Amino acid sequence: MESLIHGVEGFMYPNEIELQWSILIVLYPYITGLVAGAFILASLERVFKVEEVRPTYRLALLTALAFLLVAPLPLQLHLGHPERAFEMFLTPHTTSAMAMFGFVYLWYLMVVLVVEIWLDYRKEIVLMARRSTGVMRQMYRAMALWSDNISERSLQIDDKVGRFITIVGIPSAFLLHGYVGFIFGSVKANPWWSTTLMPVVFLFSAMVSGIALVMLVYMVASWRRGTPIDMRCLDTIARYLLYTFIIDFALEMLDLVHRIYEADESFKSLDFMVHTQLYVPHIVIQIVLGTILPIALLGLVQLVRLREGIRKGLYATAGLLTLIGIFAMRWNVVIGGQLFSKSFLGYTTYKLDFATREGLLPAIIFLILPFLILWVLVKLLPPWEREEPAA
Amino acid sequence: MGIDRREFLKGTGKFILLTSAAALAWDSLIAGRPEAAPNYNLQDHWWGFTIDIEKCIGCGSCVRACKTENDVLLEPYYFRTWVERYHVPKGDIEHPEVDSPNGGYDGFPPRYKPGDGSKNFFVPKLCNHCAHSPCTQVCPVGATFDSPDGVILVDKTYCIGCRYCVQACPYGCRFIDPRTMTVDKCSLCYHRITKGLTTACCETCPTGARMLGDLKNPKDPIHEFLRTHKVQVLKPQMATGAKAYYNGLDGSVR
Repeated sequence: MESLIHGVEGFMYPNEIELQWSILIVLYPYITGLVAGAFILASLERVFKVEEVRPTYRLALLTALAFLLVAPLPLQLHLGHPERAFEMFLTPHTTSAMAMFGFVYLWYLMVVLVVEIWLDYRKEIVLMARRSTGVMRQMYRAMALWSDNISERSLQIDDKVGRFITIVGIPSAFLLHGYVGFIFGSVKANPWWSTTLMPVVFLFSAMVSGIALVMLVYMVASWRRGTPIDMRCLDTIARYLLYTFIIDFALEMLDLVHRIYEADESFKSLDFMVHTQLYVPHIVIQIVLGTILPIALLGLVQLVRLREGIRKGLYATAGLLTLIGIFAMRWNVVIGGQLFSKSFLGYTTYKLDFATREGLLPAIIFLILPFLILWVLVKLLPPWEREEPAA
Repeated sequence: MGIDRREFLKGTGKFILLTSAAALAWDSLIAGRPEAAPNYNLQDHWWGFTIDIEKCIGCGSCVRACKTENDVLLEPYYFRTWVERYHVPKGDIEHPEVDSPNGGYDGFPPRYKPGDGSKNFFVPKLCNHCAHSPCTQVCPVGATFDSPDGVILVDKTYCIGCRYCVQACPYGCRFIDPRTMTVDKCSLCYHRITKGLTTACCETCPTGARMLGDLKNPKDPIHEFLRTHKVQVLKPQMATGAKAYYNGLDGSVR
């Protein structure tokens, strides 16, 4: 704590010197965004009948689930009293965006994602229960809720309900991440956060990051399994990534231009911050490397005919840069919003520790964990195209 | 010797009911009683605060009294009230120089020379006990709340330590107490004012720059003060219904 005072430049209100929301709170919108984005990609196939992305449909759903399960963990670890967190569900304060988010999250996890995945996989679960023995058999039977009915009629119902859930799921995914944006965008005390655009920007950046993630997971999974990548699918995903990215970039630039043109009381303070402490994460990583460069790479593929190998390389590079860029965006929102004083007269610094409760180490663990969960989910519920004929 | 189903249910039911009753009783035992204030009626009061900048000498008595009275940590990042020193060179209200060494706890070492053409004054700060408080609005569990007599309070046994309220306060009046990992802020010395006393900071202010006022009491001098002074609240554009009224508030103060 002693070193905090030395990290202060100009004047901060005394209580402001310590940053309140750490890297764990950066992870929260990042991970939630990946969930919403992956789900929206999945619904492209299901609702909008974009047949090309079919190979990634189930993979996208499982990815969304794996990340959604991890999403509340960094929040829990950050709380001063994690053991009281459940009060948010028992005695929610209805005017609090944060309290209502708990319900949006639960709705999305339990009603949308789990039910949709279950309906989509029900037939396979039953078949796997029939095929396997011992513990695995019991587990698959439990997963099928001890039903053995895979008649034509029941599958039709599954499909119908599944479609309905997906249709409900799209606004829910929008709600999920738009809401995260609202949690920040509605804080009038903080001019860096307080903008009506915040939920919309969060939503589109969520779609961008989720699509990029599923694209990369699909490429890596195909490589690991030694199966060829469906280039029609990959090209389509990359095209959608480009479109959403352009919208996202336009919105972010609109926000920026608006701030510069209006130049309200907070502008000088924020402008100084962007040109000093936030220069590398904001200008260099988020805007140049994380947005303009991937858009250029993805755009290049649209303009020039390139060989398959080169396209794959470009997609992988663009995808990685996108994930880094969106992480930087979350960082700049959450951390950047706390670096300046609400008096607009000074700045503090954020010191990231390594192996502490809110340090870099737990953050890295929370970023690896969803991939482990995804690995288990993929083993349990293989998302690949049905290879064997139905029994 | 067999127990029939009815008896079993009766017994279990009693057991469950009694256990939960015991748990409740234990909880209230642990929580202790609120201090008795038999003559205090919540509905009869609406607390506000006045600060006369022209009277503040920057002695820091209020900061010290507050920390002592309310057991606030002595480190320079935790303040329920603090004092800022403003130095406005050549009347340039856009670019004031502000400092608040240790929140004003030790007073202010001399820094500016008299007669340099600047404007200098002290601004004591504390929770504004806003009528439309953004901190209360965002609390996810309702641990921070508006009491009916116009004071913003925190239930520390309920706060989950999410820090959303700290972000939402435009005035920087909240902090997390590392001993309890819950939020802390000015309670307007609620334990004192409900017994007819004034706050610790008002009690010790040697110049009477800080005054507690009951806006519902027609005989309270606060009405005369508000009528005869040109008062302003901090950051009026935030529209929080702040109830800390400043006399002599300069345009440079934020």
